[in-house]
Amino acid sequence: MNAIILSALLGVVMMFSGIVTKNRTAITYIAIAGLIVLLLGNVLNTYGVFVLHIDTHSMLNFEKFGLFFNSIAIAATLIYVVLSGRDIEKVGVNVAEYYALIFFVLCGVSILSSFSGLLMLFLGIEIMSIPLYILTGADKRNLKSNEASLKYFLMGAFSTGIMLMGIALIYGATGSFGLGGTVRITAATGLPMHTSFLEVAGLLLLFVSMCFKVSAAPFHFWTPDVYDGAPSVFTSFMATIVKAAGFIAFVRLFDAHTEVLGPTWKLLLAFVIIATLLIGNVTAVFQQSIKRMLAYSSIAQAGFMLFALYGGNDLAKEGILLYTVAYSLATIGIFAVLIKMKDYTFDGFNGLAQKEPVLAFTSTICLLSLAGIPLTAGFFAKYYMLASVVDAGGSLWLVIVAVFFAAISVYYYFRVIQAMYFKEGEAATNGVISQGFKTGLLIVAGLILLFGVFPSLVLNAFYF
Amino acid sequence: MPIQYYIYLCLTLFSIGIIGVLTRRNAIIVFMCVELMLNAVNLLLVAFSKMHYGLAIGTPQEATAGLDAQIFVFFIMVVAAAEVSVGLAIIVMMYRNTHSVDINFLNRLKN
Repeated sequence: MNAIILSALLGVVMMFSGIVTKNRTAITYIAIAGLIVLLLGNVLNTYGVFVLHIDTHSMLNFEKFGLFFNSIAIAATLIYVVLSGRDIEKVGVNVAEYYALIFFVLCGVSILSSFSGLLMLFLGIEIMSIPLYILTGADKRNLKSNEASLKYFLMGAFSTGIMLMGIALIYGATGSFGLGGTVRITAATGLPMHTSFLEVAGLLLLFVSMCFKVSAAPFHFWTPDVYDGAPSVFTSFMATIVKAAGFIAFVRLFDAHTEVLGPTWKLLLAFVIIATLLIGNVTAVFQQSIKRMLAYSSIAQAGFMLFALYGGNDLAKEGILLYTVAYSLATIGIFAVLIKMKDYTFDGFNGLAQKEPVLAFTSTICLLSLAGIPLTAGFFAKYYMLASVVDAGGSLWLVIVAVFFAAISVYYYFRVIQAMYFKEGEAATNGVISQGFKTGLLIVAGLILLFGVFPSLVLNAFYF
Repeated sequence: MPIQYYIYLCLTLFSIGIIGVLTRRNAIIVFMCVELMLNAVNLLLVAFSKMHYGLAIGTPQEATAGLDAQIFVFFIMVVAAAEVSVGLAIIVMMYRNTHSVDINFLNRLKN
């Protein structure tokens, strides 16, 4: 509850801070302070301290899983703002509004991590998406940014329409907006109620629209264009925190619903997972621009995150939290480096190791983590995902397919490392890289290695 | 009137909306088709709300049955209004830069 209230309030505070001061650095510091307050508020919530006592009439359900995810999302945003705040200031003139929108997105994220009904799911998705449409188009004079924004908006609104149709059909069949999960008993016969066609159709529509939101194939086509066209700083935000929140909503939503769909559900999900892994990994191999490659790689990572849905057990829940940490840290790190580069192509990274050894080293750690190499956080994230599927039993072939695609992903991640270390060239950066930025990157790399050796640090915090 | 008629009407409106989004090239018309989809859902929710109320007459749930769907419709309307304001702003922003609202323009990003 604290996170929802505080993030909405802090968003308004940020909007007014733009009137009070025109100093961009000051606004960034206010945002950092706000994020720290938000993080503290959410952590206190975990231990039972509330800002306000509100009866939500069981529309929101604050359980440990969601609250801990909130903490991860807010901490990731904090790291993101600390690392890339300077670059957010450079996107346009309305710096305070960008931060305000980021806080509103966080408000949507905290609703998505705690909804217990379809109404709150819908509101959370919309509160999260609408500010993002604006952030995507933040670079007003840039045609690419405009197009990305319009495309994102139309796709987002379209998938919202599909989601609402699904919700309406489920309501028609069951008479409630609850998450289901319990087998309904017919009063007259005492037998489990027959699942109506309307409910199955509604669930499928809901599934399609959630696939749109988390960019799983075959509904991924908007992702590369939007991620490529949006200002790089905001791509970093969209690809990490927002995507992870989409997955948390996905997992929470279908945790309870899978029994209605029966065994066909696993088959459908396996098809989506394989298609996502295939399209994401294979297309990423052929990209020339690193930003676009990262967009496709985020589709591929979505394929891995979908395993949490496939496994559907406690291990999967731990796994998705660990995956969020690993993936967010690595992507925020690599994007922070990417924003500093003049040229986004692979050739633009040639010889970065000679010029900026710290940048090259930290981005290497981030890329290794994304590829899932042992000793980085990404390894245990992928391990937990696959372990949950093995634990659920019966789908070993899917694990083998996933490992195969993970091997493909190593190719395009290592291409960047190869360009940085083994190719001659003049990697040009935007301006001088400050010492503080390098320290921040080293801390991110250190965290990735720390969680790679001791993944239990994250998971213990979850159970503590 | 049987509930089926309402379901068919709503599905027809919804399909018109989907077909419009997929085939039309004018950003404003695509946007109108999205609104058509949302309104088809609103109509369906209200119809289902009445249906569930009718089913609950004479049972203890009579006072509350179907109410949540009516509230949901208000939420959809409010969110749709918020979406319209953002969407039209984006379309105007694009029109300023390109003097066109044709979404074929979007294919430029692919290269």
